[in-house]
Amino acid sequence: MRRKISLYGLTFSLPLLIWQILFFVFPLLFLIALSFWTVKNFTMRPDFNMVNWTTIYGRGVFWQAYGTTFALAAAASVLTSVLAFPAAYAIAFKLSDAARRWAVFLMVIPFFTSYLVRVYSWQIFLSDNGIINVILGWVGLGPFQMLNTVGATIIGYLTLSFPLVVLLQLFSLAFLDRTLIEAAHNLRCGRVRTVFAVVIPSARVGLVIAALFCFILSFGDFVSPVYLGGGEPTTLSILITDTTKSGQQWPRAAVIALTMIGTLMLVAFAAVKFAYKGKTK
Amino acid sequence: MNGSDDLNRNRAVDWALMAYIVLAYAFVFAPIAASFVFSFNSDRFPSIPLGQFSLDWYRAIAMDPLVWEGARNTLFVGVIVGVVSTALGFGAAYTDYRYMFTGKQVYLALALLPPTIPVIILGLAMLAYLSRISLSGNALSVIISHVVVCAPFAMAIIRLRLSQMDPALEPAAWNLGASEWKTMRHVIVPFTMPAILGALFITMAVSFDEFAVAWFVSGLNETLPVKVLGFLQGQVSPRINAIGTFVFILSMTLVILAQLLLSGRGATPADKE
Repeated sequence: MRRKISLYGLTFSLPLLIWQILFFVFPLLFLIALSFWTVKNFTMRPDFNMVNWTTIYGRGVFWQAYGTTFALAAAASVLTSVLAFPAAYAIAFKLSDAARRWAVFLMVIPFFTSYLVRVYSWQIFLSDNGIINVILGWVGLGPFQMLNTVGATIIGYLTLSFPLVVLLQLFSLAFLDRTLIEAAHNLRCGRVRTVFAVVIPSARVGLVIAALFCFILSFGDFVSPVYLGGGEPTTLSILITDTTKSGQQWPRAAVIALTMIGTLMLVAFAAVKFAYKGKTK
Repeated sequence: MNGSDDLNRNRAVDWALMAYIVLAYAFVFAPIAASFVFSFNSDRFPSIPLGQFSLDWYRAIAMDPLVWEGARNTLFVGVIVGVVSTALGFGAAYTDYRYMFTGKQVYLALALLPPTIPVIILGLAMLAYLSRISLSGNALSVIISHVVVCAPFAMAIIRLRLSQMDPALEPAAWNLGASEWKTMRHVIVPFTMPAILGALFITMAVSFDEFAVAWFVSGLNETLPVKVLGFLQGQVSPRINAIGTFVFILSMTLVILAQLLLSGRGATPADKE
């Protein structure tokens, strides 16, 4: 390893650095500046004014949306983690190597299908005359309203993050020291108890990180709340798109966006802290 | 406890877990399969029982000049995004592989963080910033934003391949008198070529499907996913299924190509050198 700064080294390291500073760091910093600008007659002016912060924070609608979004994202991460775990566990411990490779490959496919199209497809299942209600009708049930409900929004969040959570849980289980499980079995620890006393604590870091990703994805998603939840209740992402796209109130949207980033950073910090709690490395 | 009892219990649990795997995949693939099936279904409002087999929705999108324009924009943006993010990602991956320096943590954070920022916030930040420097509302703005999101994927893929390389290979080439540049060209690039192509296809596929940021910054130069968003906001139309199926097949072709490149001939090219 040479440590000298050379033209050769810089040629490879600098382009990405410059690109991400120019087009990732600067836009986010600009968002902070923008939140202090003022809007007069539909045009924005550079300013240093707290008015956007006080306006947004003074609104009941905002705090309601904040509470809703936080609760929905938290519910989605718990639900997704709980539903994904048996699948990840089974793929990790019950499948042959070849079958596991296939399982991973299949779980990757959803990442390359349009999330929008999948959400639209759920409408086909959930709408009043949709597939599920037709099937329920055959046995004399329903129709139930499933579209435009909170449940539909949660299905959308699951669609968004279930594959990722399964994969992340799977990787954390794959790196598990299997002798630990054998030791537990030798010590007459039952199956279920082994899962809760040995497997989950050992894989904790991966499991928490997976739930964190689900939280981040759900917290910022605007497609499911709009197209499956019917826009009710309003989430922060809906508030941002409305404020940006129709209201010309970019500075206020910036306040919401920054509040979201702050929240996500706090949640991520807490999650990582919890994940590594009591670990030396 | 006796042996056969234990065996039976295991088998029941195993069966339950297998059934659960099948259920999980059914949930994941239900929307994908439905979109595929209903793209060939004649009914205006998709449900069961199925109507007749028809290619009407494909015909409808084929005749729609806006869809063609969207497809052109998507392809144009995707190819450039693929090339630029792979180049940037390669540089970053090589930097991480070879150099130690102070601030490397920050460098890696910048290289890998963008995909974790919610797209809606990134979209807003990009829109505000790019319109400030007069770059918003055109294909260039979509390309810039997509590279920010895609470069980390390229970096991760290429870094993985570099970690499979024998660390003695590069110094060996230097000792034999090759310059750093020559070593790069004749040793590193050939060795990482499968990952470079893989990254190219994966980043293209990511760009093809990205709609949120593109929606914010694109203005009139909408990509296909942004068009789909428009359809979704307007009338319910099985055209979405047709476009979705079309883009899915395109993306999957790229992903499978990438997969073949990354796994299939994995170690061969450089080992022959």
